[in-house]
Parts: sequence; structure tokens; C-alpha cells
Amino acid sequence: MQQVKHKMPEQAAEERRRNFNEVALGYEAETARAEAARCLQCKTAPCRQGCPVEIDIPQFIKHIKDGDYDAAIDEIKAKNNLPAVCGRVCPQEDQCEKFCIMGKKGEPVGIGRLERFAADYAMAKGREDKAEIPAEVLGKVAVIGAGPAGLTTAGDLARMGYKVTVFEALHAPGGVLMYGIPEFRLPKTIVQQEIAALRKLGVDIQVNAVIGKSYTIDELLNEEGFDAVFIGTGAGLPHFMDIPGENLNGVYSANEFLTRVNLMKAYKFPQTGTPVRVGRSVAVVGAGNVAMDSARTALRLGAEKVYIVYRRSEEEMPARHEELEHAKEEGVEFRLLTAPVQVLGDDKGWVKGIECIRMELGEPDESGRRKPVPVEGSNFVLDVETVVMAIGQGPNPLVQNTTPGLSVNKRGNIVADEAGATSKEGVFAGGDIVTGAATVILAMGAGKKAAAKIHEYVQNKKTAR
Amino acid sequence: MYDIVKKEVLSPGVLLFDVAAPLIAKKCQPGQFVILRIDEDGERIPLTIADFDREAGTITLIFQEVGHTTRQLGALNKGDAILDLVGPLGKETHIDNFGTVICIGGGIGVAPVYPIARAYKQAGNKVISIIGARNADLLILEKEMAAVSDELIITTDDGSKGRKGLVIHPLQEMIDAGMKIDLVMAIGPVIMMRSVADVTRPHNIHTIVSLNPIMVDGTGMCGGCRVSVGNKNKFACVDGPEFDAHQVDFNGLMARQRMYHDHEKTERCGGGSCKCNK
Repeated sequence: MQQVKHKMPEQAAEERRRNFNEVALGYEAETARAEAARCLQCKTAPCRQGCPVEIDIPQFIKHIKDGDYDAAIDEIKAKNNLPAVCGRVCPQEDQCEKFCIMGKKGEPVGIGRLERFAADYAMAKGREDKAEIPAEVLGKVAVIGAGPAGLTTAGDLARMGYKVTVFEALHAPGGVLMYGIPEFRLPKTIVQQEIAALRKLGVDIQVNAVIGKSYTIDELLNEEGFDAVFIGTGAGLPHFMDIPGENLNGVYSANEFLTRVNLMKAYKFPQTGTPVRVGRSVAVVGAGNVAMDSARTALRLGAEKVYIVYRRSEEEMPARHEELEHAKEEGVEFRLLTAPVQVLGDDKGWVKGIECIRMELGEPDESGRRKPVPVEGSNFVLDVETVVMAIGQGPNPLVQNTTPGLSVNKRGNIVADEAGATSKEGVFAGGDIVTGAATVILAMGAGKKAAAKIHEYVQNKKTAR
Repeated sequence: MYDIVKKEVLSPGVLLFDVAAPLIAKKCQPGQFVILRIDEDGERIPLTIADFDREAGTITLIFQEVGHTTRQLGALNKGDAILDLVGPLGKETHIDNFGTVICIGGGIGVAPVYPIARAYKQAGNKVISIIGARNADLLILEKEMAAVSDELIITTDDGSKGRKGLVIHPLQEMIDAGMKIDLVMAIGPVIMMRSVADVTRPHNIHTIVSLNPIMVDGTGMCGGCRVSVGNKNKFACVDGPEFDAHQVDFNGLMARQRMYHDHEKTERCGGGSCKCNK
């Protein structure tokens, strides 16, 4: 049997670095069946322990192998409301594929690629969900935030028979899937099609609704008749470094840079109304997935040189290996063991460079990674006109500040147990707002657990009455 | 969709819209703002709420046609609709009985000052208002401001109405005359707000300004509206829009407001050759 995954076709690096079309192109049916045939159909299915949304992986792969793609997507959708999204952006190497027996001697089965294949097949066919929504309404639940966590909770509760209203602050649902992850990794039409499927399940999505302003959580529970509230507001507050020059024109938070380009489609300006400015050379500070997305976006906006500036070494980079490789192939340059000291401006208030200092790795710090320490006198300047700060995001405090009785930790994240219950009765939370910035699939896993807990809570309350 | 139920031309290039937005009208307070997006390809722009009618479920927006989006907005009429409208955003004005409050509005800035002045008046303050414009034609909300002020002073740059000069001149005179001023609220062009801050700073008169920097989401997500206040970065959308005028880095704010100025010109108008004066 073939020891390596079947390759997924993708746009050549030289071509794709200047366009916003999707990089990875997906399996053809024949390749998908061949890849599915690599699955050993282990009885113990170790892959399943790596899936936060508990998909029966061997089963859906078997359906693909048999050519029954409808059955494959039904199997996935029974557990996962956003398969076309997950098939593209899940870090499968750290999830399902990490546990695949095939990975012991060669490469694991391309579970993510197969999930994507099944999802894309169903979408291309315009196939509707096979979901039987119970006739009886079990209760009414409000979900705050239409990102991965909130959409998962909403979808699961809708399938159980709840009337779910999702409140979204932006004008389009999707959260980070819309504003954060670029078109070339996750086409926005795919996101909107997945969301359209949720609407077909009866999920009501109210956009332009800022909870904490339009309604408070207490109003939702006490005046608007919701039995429970789920908070999935994500990690939306951009961090800056607090170094001189950060307010110069040309310095963006990754959130602003990506929101302008992804949600507001600034890459089509002036056909669209939102501008974005990218100079000939760009420094992106940070080395997570958001940094890679920012760097690759800058290339596509026409930058000639794009640097990733990171204070540690490649080994400590938090980005997915695949993202790192894609960025390298496209020509992003890495300035590792390098930390910004200040952003330099011209006399009109525009960025003209970023002063950095070289670092070396010292003793391990509390994260277990070797702590970078500055090398005295090693300062140098990178000539750039744009700087994107991609050093992480914190929790937006809007909901917490307007919800008495809701406990938060010292970082401002909502305190919730494994199942999503918070300190406030009837209020549940999950995803980045609880854990701090993590991945789409972990947020979805939290949303799924919370949906089950909310069901239990609402039914207990109704029985007690 | 949010229907435009009334359109009025207040002065050349300055328009008033009443927009049906019951949820916003129910909740909004003086000092807050909305973000709107006209259509699917539109940008999100912040506008302060100039008034609200909780019963009718409408909010009043007053804006000047200065850029692409405000011009596009100005071309809409009663019966048309705006695709997206979100709010109320930002913190509301702290209203209390302070004593004597000077409310200063410059140009289009009179619009957000109006509901604030009214609230100060209702709270029992003595309200002295100074409103200014380049010329008489551009002056807005004179009657409305007079109705909520104990005294109304008008200034125009060219003297075509009221006193010739800037809004800071009567303010300076009041201070020089030894008037006891408990609070100054000033909203207008950044350069005006900076001048007001410069006038009141030596006398330690508490002064509040409302900032309107470039924003995308308006909920604290993008950080584009960051402004240095007391040497710490604040997000105008969630920490403001009102700040202590004596702590605001107005020069930094002015530089940031120019971020897309030339870019828009080049990209939209072929380097400005179209003479649209953008």
C-alpha cells in the first residue's frame, strides 16, 4: 500500500502569490477513493480520539471508498456543522491524523482532505442536509457570536429541536472564518454556504447586533424569553507591542489588516469601498497562523518584500507546518531570532522602517520554550513601509463588562468548566473567549460540548417547574 | 435594511437623515455613534447620532459629503434603505449637574453636540453654547441649539453670521472675564478641538472632546481607531469616543486621519485628475 498521502493539487507558488484564489484545489473523486482505500478501518479507530467534534472517521472514509459520497457527507454532518471549513483549516496533523496507524510507518490517511472532498461534493451538488428536526420546540437559546464556536452550538441545538437566535456584531456571520482567514485558504462563498445550511436547519442569525449594547445578557434571559445563552465571542482584541512608533501610519494590527482585506474585500478596492495600504516592503511581527496569513496577504496585495519578524527560532513557531511551507514557497522571508525595538517614521508620520535587535535562545521559560534574550548592540533596521502586528489577540471585554455575575480570569477570559457552564446561571461559554486564542476546531469542540450541556440545563429546568 | 424616512438638506453638502432603527433608537444615549454600510461593496463608516426618537423608532444622522461613502450616502433619498446599521456604539456621555457647561460645536460637530447639550440642560446645568462654521450657509442646528442653551453664541470665519472669528474666541473672553466654567464639551474638526484644549489647559478647566478617527468594526476588534491619551493607547470605539482633551495626542490623531487620503485619490480618481477635490 502507498505509504504517503495522495497529493492534493494546488496552484503553483509563483502564480498564487499574486492572486487571492484558493491555493489548495481539492481531490478529484478518483484520488479521493484511492486515498480512502489507504484507511485500514481499524476497529479501535484511534483517529477519533483526535477529533474534538467526534466524527466517525473510519465510517465516512469507508463510504468514500465505496463511492457513496452522499452517505459520507451525512456521516460527517451528523457531528460536524462546518465540514468544508474544517477540511480546509483544521490542523489535522495535531488532531485526527496524529493518531492514524498509517502514520507510524509512513504518512497518515489524508482525513482532512477527504472531509473536504465530501463537503465540496455535497456543495457542488447543492445537496441539502439530511436532518430531521423534531416538531416539538424544546426551548429558546441565544448564541452570542457567529464564529466557529457559536455556529456549532447553534447547529447542534437546532438539530435537537431548539429555536436558536445567533447575534453577530459584524454585518456578516462567520467570525474569524470571514474576517480573519484569507480567501486563498478559505473562500468566503464556502463559509456562507455552510452558514446557509445552518439557516435551513432553522437557525436565525441576527447581524449588526452587539450584545452589551443592543441587548445585555440579562435582557436576553429576563425580557426576551431565552432559556439559556451561549457566549462565543472569540479572541477579538488585538495586542500591540507597546513600542515607540506603533501609531505611525502604515502600522496595522493583523486584525485590522485581515479584516480590511477579507471581510471588507479591500483587495478589490476601488470596486469595493474599503482601502488598504501596503508598501513595497512589509514586516509582519509574529509567527503564528495569523502572521502567515498576513504575510501571504501582503504579497498578494503587491508587496515586493515581505518579512516575518520573530523573536524565537523556527522550532518554536506556533504556525502550522503547512502554512509555514506555503509562506516560504511564496517567497516570504524569515527574520528569526529578531525582535522589534521601535517603528521608525518619516516627517509625515508614515512608517519608513522597523528597528530590530537580534536575539539568542537562553533557558526554557514557563511555556517550556527557550527564552529569547537580546544580543546587546546588535540593532539593525529593516526598511519597510508597512508593519503588521500579529502577536496575538485577547478577549473583547464588551459582554463581560455588561454581565454582572459572570466570572472572568485575570486575562479577561470567561471562566467556564469543561462543559461550558459559567458562574452565571443559564449562561454558557466556549471557544477562544474561554481558552484564549486557539484553533477553529477546538472552538467547535467547545461549542459542541456546550450544546449538550445547554440541552441538559434547559430540560432540567423545565422538569423542575 | 434600514429605511430612510426623512431627508433634509441643512446646508450645501450637509444632510440630515432620519433612519428607522427601532432597536438603536430604544437604547442610544447622547455621545454614542453608529456604523453603517450602504451596500454589499460599501465600506463601514462611523457617524455620531445627532438625535433619536424612541417612540417613532428613528435615529437622526447628520453628515457632510466629504468622501466617497458620504457622497454615495448623500445621493440616497427618502424611501431608500441602508444595508447595515449597527449601534449604539461607544460609551455614552457622562451627564450630571456640573454647574456651568460650555458646549462647543464646529461645523458638522454641532450635530453630536446637540443631544449632549440638551441632556446637560435637562440635568440642571447652565448651558452656554458656541457654534461655529466657515460661513452662514454652513451653519447648522442654530434653532435647536438655541432651544437647549441658556445662551447661544455664533461665530463664522468670514463674519457672515454672528461674530467673525473662531469658536475659541468667545471661550477665551469668558475665561478672561473670570467666568466660573465647570466643564467644556467640544466637538468638531480635530484642529478646533486641539485649539479648545489649548485654551482651557492653562486654566485647568475640565474639557471633553469626542473623537472620530478611522474605524472598521467599531467594537474594539481592529485597533485602527487607536489614539494616544495620556501616553497610553486607547481605542476610540470602545474606550471613547469621548476623552479628556488635555490628555489627547491631537497631532498623532491628525496624522492618522490622513492615512488613506492620497491612496483614495490615486486609486479612485486617477491621481486627482478628475478634479473631484477628494
